[in-house]
Amino acid sequence: MAILVYVENIEGKFKKSAFEVVSYAKAIANEQSTSVTALSIGNVADDELNKLAGFGASKIVKVDQEQLKQFINKAYASVIAAAANSEQANIIVLSNSFSGKGLAPRVAAKLEAGLADGAIELPTFSGSDLQVKKTAFSNKAFATEIITADKKVIAVNPNSHEPVRSEETAAIETLSPSVDAGDLNIVIKDIVRATDKVSLPEAEIVVSAGRGMKGPENWAIIEELAAALGAATACSKPVSDAGWRPHSEHVGQTGIVVSPNLYIAIGISGAIQHLAGVSSSKTIVVINKDPEAPFFKVADYGMVGDALEIVPKLTAAVQAHKAN
Amino acid sequence: MRILVCISHVPDTTSKITFNSDHTEFNQSGVQFIINPYDEIALSRAVELVEGTDGTVTVINVGDASTEPTIRKALAVGATDAVRIDAAPRDAWFVAKQIAHYATEQSYDLILTGRESIDYNGSQVAALVGELLHIPSVSIVKKFDIQDREITIEREIEGGKEVLSTQLPVILGTAEGVTEPKIPNMRGIMSARTKPLQVLPAVDVPTLSTISKYESPAPRGQVAMVDDVEQLVNLLHTKAKVL
Ligand SMILES: Cc1cc2nc3c(=O)[nH]c(=O)nc-3n(C[C@H](O)[C@H](O)[C@H](O)COP(=O)(O)OP(=O)(O)OC[C@H]3O[C@@H](n4cnc5c(N)ncnc54)[C@H](O)[C@@H]3O)c2cc1C
Ligand SMILES: Cc1cc2nc3c(=O)[nH]c(=O)nc-3n(C[C@H](O)[C@H](O)[C@H](O)COP(=O)(O)OP(=O)(O)OC[C@H]3O[C@@H](n4cnc5c(N)ncnc54)[C@H](O)[C@@H]3O)c2cc1C
Repeated sequence: MAILVYVENIEGKFKKSAFEVVSYAKAIANEQSTSVTALSIGNVADDELNKLAGFGASKIVKVDQEQLKQFINKAYASVIAAAANSEQANIIVLSNSFSGKGLAPRVAAKLEAGLADGAIELPTFSGSDLQVKKTAFSNKAFATEIITADKKVIAVNPNSHEPVRSEETAAIETLSPSVDAGDLNIVIKDIVRATDKVSLPEAEIVVSAGRGMKGPENWAIIEELAAALGAATACSKPVSDAGWRPHSEHVGQTGIVVSPNLYIAIGISGAIQHLAGVSSSKTIVVINKDPEAPFFKVADYGMVGDALEIVPKLTAAVQAHKAN
Repeated sequence: MRILVCISHVPDTTSKITFNSDHTEFNQSGVQFIINPYDEIALSRAVELVEGTDGTVTVINVGDASTEPTIRKALAVGATDAVRIDAAPRDAWFVAKQIAHYATEQSYDLILTGRESIDYNGSQVAALVGELLHIPSVSIVKKFDIQDREITIEREIEGGKEVLSTQLPVILGTAEGVTEPKIPNMRGIMSARTKPLQVLPAVDVPTLSTISKYESPAPRGQVAMVDDVEQLVNLLHTKAKVL
């Protein structure tokens, strides 16, 4: 009864979230005195797969066939459910990434498993029930979910479990499942990915700016600060509504929820809907010209002043710090 | 085209979220309820798609009678008719089973949900219903267009987007970008009162998960105000240890 963990790759490489989930599964396996089997679907080289052993996988199953090269949630869910059955795994762990959100419920439905979506901590067990903490009410609260079903799927939020090294020796096994044509009735026509940018949900540092920036022409200084910090850029809702920035950068209750180590909010007032998406950030810095801006109440560090003056100076200070 | 839009009834985005004294239940007193903002986007897009055609938009909610004002609001936005499955939902699986059961008896070309419900934040319903109905599902849809029976869908992925295409029927979880939310006009509000709202009993579903307790986030410590950028960088490095 191994713990099965599905690891997502992007163009053949594992991102941090893959190691997070393997490490998360390993912590559960230790508690349950069992081992971790990692399942990878798609074209990933063996030396990349072997990295999973460094975070606690003691068996690596790879599915690398032409029809399954690209992520199709229906087909991938069938493969994961079949692997769960053949591994006799009652606990299946995966990342609550954008693709994970479309995949985990399908896996759970196939197995009639209970699904804990957006887990932010390791689970605890009492008898055959599993309890795990997740965010609810868009970050305004936490809920403890109990899965009473025999089979359990846990979708772990990115950035909520730091990967811990745990060296195992793992053999790589190849699995060639038969794929039902009905699972492939959706076609991927195009993938556009800005590879030079840090992805927002996974970013450890986020530089975010609001209406206080006055207009899109002033975003160069935001991007420069982000580049100096190796950060992703984000924005408030009115900024993306006005088309100053793409919707994919909008954070908050109705946008992306982020929980980076450092969130820098520049010219953002701190409306409740905005805070809902960022309040689980570990450290919050607020730069605002209004000392009464509500955002200061939930910040760790604050600076009062004109963003257009402060941001370039901050970028220079960060560069100077990094150069040391 | 026949479209089904799933709507959840959620606390207004400005609500303070509090719980009863033993932290087992959400405290609804004084809370205003609204259509989940993403569902409002889904509904607005559905109304747009059938405008000027003989297509219909049905809204469905799984909830007790207290959700009816929210359902009427959806009718005011432009839905043709509504269905309420009469049960207080327990978890996303319960909700998905009810919707799938209803949808199998009807037959819809397109089913829309929001990307997630802003109360329990599951992001589960679209993919669960898709699995139960054996149809493709796409979660977190930023844009979609339909030509005859072919639908082209743009979904969000880390750092970019993916474009997919398939044949109807399909179920989508819509996000911002799909369209702008429609504000009901006076005619819509008047006609909503008399549009059909059917109440149906729930089907039995085993419970797979429940919520045992809620917590409010711990308040942050006092903010440290900083005067210059060097001091800020220094604090982030030495105290917060994030640089
Ligand atoms: C249903 C609903 C959902 C919503 N969801 C979201 C959401 O998900 N995310 C979100 O962000 N919002 C959301 N909102 C909107 C939210 O209520 C606020 O309107 C929004 O967050 C405000 O954006 P802002 O802080 O950029 O702009 P403003 O509130 O206008 O604030 C601008 C700030 O910039 C400061 N400023 C001005 N000039 C300067 C300068 N030169 N230097 C430094 N500071 C300066 C000002 O003092 C002010 O504090 C939602 C609203 C509703 C009704
Ligand atoms: C009084 C009350 C108590 C509740 N208690 C709990 C609880 O303890 N635990 C719990 O998990 N849930 C509870 N719910 C149900 C909750 O409101 C959701 O309906 C359900 O849990 C699905 O949530 P989700 O976050 O997984 O939805 P998501 O998967 O995030 O929702 C995605 C989309 O599915 C559709 N959808 C979601 N819910 C409904 C619905 N009810 N009817 C029609 N369409 C819907 C919407 O289009 C939504 O945008 C309760 C509801 C009420 C009214």
